Amino acid sequence: MDADQDRPLTGGDAPPIIRIRGVTRRFGGTTALDGVDLDIGRGEFFCLLGASGSGKTTLLRAIAGLETLDSGTITVDGDDMTGWPAYRRPVNMMFQSYALFPHLSVEKNVAFGLQEERRPRGEIRERVQETLDLLEMGALGARKPHQLSGGQRQRVALARALVKRPKILLLDEPLAALDKKLRERAQAELVSLRERIGITFVVVTHDQEEAIGMASRIALMRDGKLVQVGQPRDLYDAPSSRYVADFFGAANLFAGTVAGVTGGIATVDSGEAGADLRALCDGQSAGAAVTVMVRPEHIRLARARPAHANAMTARVGALSFLGSFYACELTLPTGKSVRARLSPLEFEAAGRPAQGDESHVWWEPAAARMLSQ
Amino acid sequence: MTRLFPLSMLAFGYAFLYLPIAVLMIYSFNDNRLVTVWSGFSTRWYGELFRNAQIGDALWLSLRVAAVSATASVLLGTMAAFAMQRIRRAAGRGAFEALAMAPLILPEVLTGLSLLMLFVMLSEAIGWPASRGATTITLAHITFGTAYAIVVIRARLSQLDPRLEEAAADLGATPWRTFVRVTLPLLVPAIVAAWLLAFTLSLDDVVIASFVTGPGASTLPIVIYSSVRLGVSPQINALATLLVVGVAMLIATAMLTLWRAERRSAP
Repeated sequence: MDADQDRPLTGGDAPPIIRIRGVTRRFGGTTALDGVDLDIGRGEFFCLLGASGSGKTTLLRAIAGLETLDSGTITVDGDDMTGWPAYRRPVNMMFQSYALFPHLSVEKNVAFGLQEERRPRGEIRERVQETLDLLEMGALGARKPHQLSGGQRQRVALARALVKRPKILLLDEPLAALDKKLRERAQAELVSLRERIGITFVVVTHDQEEAIGMASRIALMRDGKLVQVGQPRDLYDAPSSRYVADFFGAANLFAGTVAGVTGGIATVDSGEAGADLRALCDGQSAGAAVTVMVRPEHIRLARARPAHANAMTARVGALSFLGSFYACELTLPTGKSVRARLSPLEFEAAGRPAQGDESHVWWEPAAARMLSQ
Repeated sequence: MTRLFPLSMLAFGYAFLYLPIAVLMIYSFNDNRLVTVWSGFSTRWYGELFRNAQIGDALWLSLRVAAVSATASVLLGTMAAFAMQRIRRAAGRGAFEALAMAPLILPEVLTGLSLLMLFVMLSEAIGWPASRGATTITLAHITFGTAYAIVVIRARLSQLDPRLEEAAADLGATPWRTFVRVTLPLLVPAIVAAWLLAFTLSLDDVVIASFVTGPGASTLPIVIYSSVRLGVSPQINALATLLVVGVAMLIATAMLTLWRAERRSAP
């Protein structure tokens, strides 16, 4: 995951470009945003991640000024945005459905924002062309939105927001309307686009893989609150709770109680696993209720019982070959099912297990994390 | 058998609707002075119709009244529809909507009578309108034309993606600029359709017009109605045929405009 180094992070002392403090928004009886505090650094590719109804889109719309706040403040580049209508804010948004004006051509859609700024005609023409060229849409300026493919519409929506040279570009599910193949390409393009133009991107998505693939930092939201904020690696390797562990990819979770700690490794008595588990201790002390998390790619399989910690017998269940790896479902004697992800080499080394075989699973104590919640 | 039954029902239904009009159209080409006695094909009544000055004047008055009242209806209707869309509280909106729709539900006789009383009272109280005629008919037609315009324009407005207006605001357009550059252009098809509908309704109206009209101002439907009472002239058949064809074309244009706009805005 060296890619992390290329992604800009909040620079130590530099003031954040977006400062969100105590932001709360209620719709009738539901609280869409519940006291959110968040700093987003200049030049970040920041992802707001969450299931539907988590408040991520409401937060994005609040930054754009399309949603009023019940309390709290949002500061953009030092200016308190409270009371600023959407049309005065130095941010632009790319809508999920793109919201292209159906009665205007591509060129006029892109020129819209500059015309509202009352820029000279020559400058508008130049900047529109420049932005369309940047997104490889230069040849399609005369088309109407309904004559474009989904991917082309997405580019026009991007161009329309970018041509204004906003301090922050807000993107609401920018890839959701694209088909899978196009989505992967568009994701890489968004990352390289941000690098080229250098402005801050704030992206809303419900797809954790998308967030991991693009973001410099991620804020995971649930019920209008931030659950955890950090680099993709932090959220994946060191989730703060079961919810985060589960949201970020597959996780094997074993509930238990800490029996003792020696040399930074805790022994956890887990009824679910039917054994004592060893895991990296994260400050918990004996007697604490914890959950041990092991990612499927850290689970090892062995035909003979291995002389390792965390070794258990398991019956091989569903087994599927997915190209670069094997996905394997195993069942422990306690009935708990365990998901493992084996590379073809590991699969060979484990003696090519087949469905119904008796096998053994184990994992390194260092690969297991303890979660307090 | 299973196919025949619904088909014959359909044929009966259409015959019920259109046979009278078909008969009227056929007899407009009758050579005979008596409307109900067929004696041969002729277009002589069309010729006489065009030389009839009374009908010509009435037609001109009707067209003027229809054009002015349709334009005013569409202006008021657009504003009302836009306001209704913006009113968030359901209660206020419901009441406003019901009030705006009232002219659609009220019997025409009631609308006509109430307007007549209003004009008489106004004339006594402030001296305006001094006499009843083209102005009062136009005003009366605006009242129901506006109601129809609201229905048509609101239907389109509620279909518009609210994200479009948000996008305009996000790109720096003030609410007024958003209305002019985004909302209004997208409403044009509905506005055209509403205009044509209000125009047609005004052109057709006889009940309300006969209440609020005065001496010397006879719209085409009033002239037709009064001349029929004296005995049907085949000229009226010819005129009715032209009216049916004209009105049908206007309505078809309105429908087509709306339909094409909907197809275009659908992704």
